[in-house]
Amino acid sequence: MTGSSPQPEGGLTAAELVAIRADFPVLGRRLAGGHRLVYLDTAATAQRPRVVEDAMRDFAENRNAGVHRGAHQLAAEATEAYEDARTKIAAFLGAAPWELVFTSGTTGAINLLVASLTAAAGGRAEGAARRFALLPGDRIVVTQAEHHSNLVPWQRLAAVTGAQLAYLRVDAEGRVRTDDLADAVTPRTRLVAFTHASNVSGAITDVATVVRAAQAVGALTVLDAAQSAPHLPFDFGALGVDFAAVSAHKMLGPNGIGALLGRSELLEVMPPGFTGGSMVEIVTMSEATFQPPPTRFEAGTGPVAQAIGWAAAVGYLAALGMDRIAAHERALTARLLDQLGALAGVRVLGPTAARGRTGAVALDIAGVHPHDAGQFLDDFGLAVRVGHHCAQPIHRAFGVTASTRASLGLYNTAAEIDRFVEVLSQVRGYFGVVR
Amino acid sequence: MSSLDSIYQELIMDHARHPQGKGLTEPFDGESFQVNPTCGDQVRLRVVLDAPPDADRPSSRLSQVAWDGKGCAISQASASIMTELVAGLPVDRVEQLDALFSELMRSRGAPVSAAVEDALGDALAFAGVSRYPMRVKCAILGWMALKDALSKALAGDASPARVPEGI
Ligand SMILES: Cc1ncc(COP(=O)(O)O)c(C=O)c1O
Repeated sequence: MTGSSPQPEGGLTAAELVAIRADFPVLGRRLAGGHRLVYLDTAATAQRPRVVEDAMRDFAENRNAGVHRGAHQLAAEATEAYEDARTKIAAFLGAAPWELVFTSGTTGAINLLVASLTAAAGGRAEGAARRFALLPGDRIVVTQAEHHSNLVPWQRLAAVTGAQLAYLRVDAEGRVRTDDLADAVTPRTRLVAFTHASNVSGAITDVATVVRAAQAVGALTVLDAAQSAPHLPFDFGALGVDFAAVSAHKMLGPNGIGALLGRSELLEVMPPGFTGGSMVEIVTMSEATFQPPPTRFEAGTGPVAQAIGWAAAVGYLAALGMDRIAAHERALTARLLDQLGALAGVRVLGPTAARGRTGAVALDIAGVHPHDAGQFLDDFGLAVRVGHHCAQPIHRAFGVTASTRASLGLYNTAAEIDRFVEVLSQVRGYFGVVR
Repeated sequence: MSSLDSIYQELIMDHARHPQGKGLTEPFDGESFQVNPTCGDQVRLRVVLDAPPDADRPSSRLSQVAWDGKGCAISQASASIMTELVAGLPVDRVEQLDALFSELMRSRGAPVSAAVEDALGDALAFAGVSRYPMRVKCAILGWMALKDALSKALAGDASPARVPEGI
């Protein structure tokens, strides 16, 4: 499918790509009308290689048990597998194992953080935990590029604490602007929450500059890495943020699991957002003492099989190399942007060059609503996402309510890009916008 | 007919290009603002009732429907066809048609009752849409707004619909 054209430097070879695609059974699927699936919706959820399902099935069939409880052999093996998964995933993300708190996903991670900060604001925060207690008149800074899951929870925290919410705007290409950082990040700013890569524009945020401005006023930084960790080499320690949130299902892993990464000195002193079993030491009828992190933040029975599947997914990514995956996706993105540039009536809602962006490419098609465009593309087996992609404010910034988004993954090919553009070029004709 | 053409029938495309009843008018007896949560498409719809019911005419009549909104071909055409279908009818008949249209949208392409066939007229063109659960919301957006605006009007609530800040 990829032809014999030489692969871009550092990317995946044609032979590798064939082998990779064979690892993802669903990519061989034929859809209604006999069309072969062209999956261009990885930003919503990535397809999973067989090794992920195999690891989860192996766990279910041979080791399934509750973790961190029980003395029997299965319980011990399950606990070891769970903690081993934590270590592997943390290493892949550039964090220490005790800096990785399992959550239900990115949304779960941000809400856990908000719950922890809400608990701190409850008035009883003492000593180091005061760092997490926001007061009326304090400020939370977000950006216009946020997914609703890194926006609405902060609106809630602001409402609960009396803090005010301010935001950084995006530029014409949907990139978080850092030129008005000095205005937005005031001395009363306690927290800056921002996306690493937009799920709409694909633009990658200048993390270092935002972190510097936040640190200058002692504000905590929270990075939404849902769209970056799956596509770029990701190093939590090197990025210098205090917290980061990721979802396994966007990086070849299963649903229902993700993580909150937190710098260990912060997790040490942060109050738990959720309480209950597994996260406590001593419980009396009137009070409880809590375990050290990350356990303190993992109330209840954890997603054990999912953690094991996720570890297999990061193993798959690491074996290929994130730098090579990124190079492959960048070459495909360049090819896509190039061809889109020649298409009349199609506007890219994001940077039009492949540098500094991911392969999430949202489009505004003149005269055709995204739902209609998506329906047309679907009829040819092309799976794209239509709508606001849970990011209404950035769409408003682009002057639209919704868009048609193609998003790439490591398994996509140049031939698929060409096919997408070929079908896309017929959309306006079908809907009678051009004759 | 291809599955695509079964959705985008000529009648639907005509209404999408030339929507009926589009453009808000004043005064009104009830107003509704509805959003399709998946795409953020919006419709604002106003109804005007004629005189309250009396002994001769046990039900009020829907004398006017006016709406405005942004949306896909399906949502725009559906609001348009709905407007033509219901304007001037007694309110209880409008409520019946709403229920029948809901039945059509739940049919998933299966044959529908004679009541639906007989009553819905041009709105039957949306039978093809019922096979795409993701698009049903588009087709019912206008109907939802109509139902809401009517119930407000019948309750004597002519206040403007609430619209979120910053939209
Ligand atoms: C940038 C971004 N943040 C957050 C999320 C939310 O992820 P999840 O739904 O897995 O919690 C997504 C996924 O849609 C995303 O793209």
